[in-house]
Amino acid sequence: MNALQKISDFFMTPAMKIVLIVAAVLFPFVAGNEYQIYVMALAFVWAIAVYGMNIITGLCGQLNLAHGGFFAIGAYVLAILTVDHGWGFWWAFVAAGVAGAGFGFLAGIVSLRLKEHYFAIFTLCVGFIIYLLIDKWEELTHGALGIINIPAPNGFGLVDFTETTPFYYLALTFMVLSVWLAARITNSLLGRSFRAIRISDDLAASLGINLMRNKVLAFVLSTTYASVAGALYAGLVRFIGPAEADVVHTFDMITYLLVGGIGTLMGPLVGTMVITWLTQSLQFLEEYRMIVFGPLLVVLVIFFPRGVVGSFLGWRARRMAAAQDAGKSQENAKKKSPTSPVATNREAGNHA
Amino acid sequence: MQDHANSVAASQYRGGIALDLFLQQVLNGLTLGSIYGLVALGLTLVYGILHVPNFAHGALYMVGAYVSYITMVDFGANYWIAMIASAISVAVLAVLCERLVFNPLREAPPIHDKIAAIGIMLFLEAMVQMKFGAEFRRMPTPYTDILDVAGMTIPAQRVLIIIGAFALMAVLHLFLKKTMTGSTIVAMAQNREGAFLVGIDANRVAMMTFAISGVLAAVGATLFAPINLVYPAMGHLLIMKAFVIIILGGMGSIPGAIVGGLIIGFAEAFGGFYISTDYKDIIAFALLVLILSVKPTGLFTKGVR
Repeated sequence: MNALQKISDFFMTPAMKIVLIVAAVLFPFVAGNEYQIYVMALAFVWAIAVYGMNIITGLCGQLNLAHGGFFAIGAYVLAILTVDHGWGFWWAFVAAGVAGAGFGFLAGIVSLRLKEHYFAIFTLCVGFIIYLLIDKWEELTHGALGIINIPAPNGFGLVDFTETTPFYYLALTFMVLSVWLAARITNSLLGRSFRAIRISDDLAASLGINLMRNKVLAFVLSTTYASVAGALYAGLVRFIGPAEADVVHTFDMITYLLVGGIGTLMGPLVGTMVITWLTQSLQFLEEYRMIVFGPLLVVLVIFFPRGVVGSFLGWRARRMAAAQDAGKSQENAKKKSPTSPVATNREAGNHA
Repeated sequence: MQDHANSVAASQYRGGIALDLFLQQVLNGLTLGSIYGLVALGLTLVYGILHVPNFAHGALYMVGAYVSYITMVDFGANYWIAMIASAISVAVLAVLCERLVFNPLREAPPIHDKIAAIGIMLFLEAMVQMKFGAEFRRMPTPYTDILDVAGMTIPAQRVLIIIGAFALMAVLHLFLKKTMTGSTIVAMAQNREGAFLVGIDANRVAMMTFAISGVLAAVGATLFAPINLVYPAMGHLLIMKAFVIIILGGMGSIPGAIVGGLIIGFAEAFGGFYISTDYKDIIAFALLVLILSVKPTGLFTKGVR
C-alpha cells in the first residue's frame, strides 16, 4: 500500500464526509471576502438542482432537457406568492416544492411514454414552453421585466438571511440534506430499480419493475429537487427574470453533472464546485464560457464519460481488483477468482 | 420572428379583405413550411443514418446564415455566390463534426451523442457571438421587388424561398432515388446490417449524409435570412421546431419531414394570425404535446420507435 492508495481509501471512508462538512462549515471563516461566500452559496443551490438531474438522467438514464424550466418554476412560484400575494417565505417555499412535484408529475406522465431521443426532444420542447409562458404571460409573471424585491428566507427573528453568511449555512444545510436523500435513494431498492431501467427497459420490465411508475417517480423527484433549488435561488438572488428558464441553465447543469461524474453520488457536487470556481477564476470567460464548455462536453463524453468521480471509482476498483488478484495468485497460483473485480466494483458503487 | 410582422403590415396595407388576408396566410405558411422542411430534412437524414438527434443542426443553420452574410456584406459577393460559399463551408463543418465527434461515439450509449451534439451547438454559438457580437443583423438581398399577383402583394424573396426550397427538395429526391451514391444512403437508413452486407462503406455514407444536411441548412438559412434576422441564437427556435416536425413526420422519414414542415408552417401562419401573435411560437410545441399525448409514436411512424 502506497500513499496514493491510502489517500484514495480515505476518500471512501465515512470520516471523509465529516471532513467535507467541517471544511464547508469553516469556509466562511477562511474565505477572503463576502463575495466568495456568496459564490459558494450559489454553487450549493445549483448543486441541489444538479442532484435532481442526476436522479432522472444519471440513475434512470433519461436525458431531461426541461430541468432548467423546473428550476425556474420553483423560483417563480416562490417569487409570485411572496411578492404578489404576500405569503410568508417558508409557506411559499413549500408551495414551490409542491408545484415542482405537481408540474413534474404532469410533464412526466406525458413525456415518459416516450423513449430515449423522443424523450430528450420532448423535454427540450417542454422546457421551451415553460420559458415562453414565463416570458409572455405578463399578468402572472411580470413578463420580461422579471420580479424584484423577493424577500429573503424568514429567520424568525433569530437569524437574518439577507446577510450572505447565514444564507450560506442555510444553503449548506439544504445541500447536505439533498445529498443525504440522494444517497438513501441510490442505495435503496428504488435506486436499484432506477439503475435497472437505465441499463435496459426490457430487462427492468422482465424483473417485474413497473417502468412507468418508477420513471415518473424519478422524474417527480428530480423536478422537486430542481424547484426547491429554484426557490432557494430566488431567496438568495432576490431578483429573477425569464432568463432563469433559459435552456442554457439546463446545459450548464449537464456540464456540471458530466464533469463530476454522471450517476455517482458525489459527482454533482464535485462537478458544480469545479466548474463554478473555474468560471470564477476565469472571469473574462463568463459571457463566452461555452467556447470552453462546449468542447469540454465533447471531450468528456468521448474520453472520460464517467467524469471525475466516476473515473476515480473506476481507477480504484481496478487497483483493488489488481491487488486482490495479485494476493490470490500468491496464495494459490492456479486458482484465480473471476468474481473479485465484480465484487469490488459493486462495493465501490455502493459507496459512490 | 420578423417575417410575420412584415406580412401583417403588408396585408394591412392592402386593406382588410378577408379572402386576401387568408391567401396571405397561405403564402406565409408555405414560406415558413418550406424552410422548416429544408431544415428538418437535414435533421431527419442524419437521424436515419446515425440515429443521432443532432442538436447542433440549428447551429449549423446559424453558421450558414453568417457565412452568407459575410460573403455578401464584407466581400461584396453576389447572393448566389454567397449561397454556394455558405453551402460548402457548412458542409465541411458538418463533416468535421461527424469525423471528430459522432464517429468516435458510434458505440457509446445514446445519451453521450446527445450531450456531444449539445456541446458542439454551444461551442459554435459562443464562437460566432464572440466574433460578431450578439446584435441582430439584416441580410441584404437583390430580390426586393414586391410582385402584385391577382391583388395579392407577394415579396419576391418569398417566391424565391418557396421555389428554391422545393427545387432543392426535388434535387435531393432525384439524388437519393436515381444515383448509386444516393441509394447507399437510403439503403443504410433502411437497414444498417443489410447495407454493410452488400459492401456499403458506413464512413463514407455518414460523411456524405452530414455534408448534405449541412448544405440543406446553409441554403435554408441563406434563403430565409433576408426576410428574417441574423443573430447567434437564430437557430434555437428553428431546431426545436425541426425536431417537432421530424417527430410528427416520423424520425428518419423524408416525405414526413416535408409534410411535417408544411403542417407546422401553416399552423404557425394561421395560428399566429387568427389566434395570437405573442404565442405563435408555442403553437408548434403545443401541437407536439397534444399529438404525442394521444399518439406517442408520432403521426406517420410505422412499427417500433
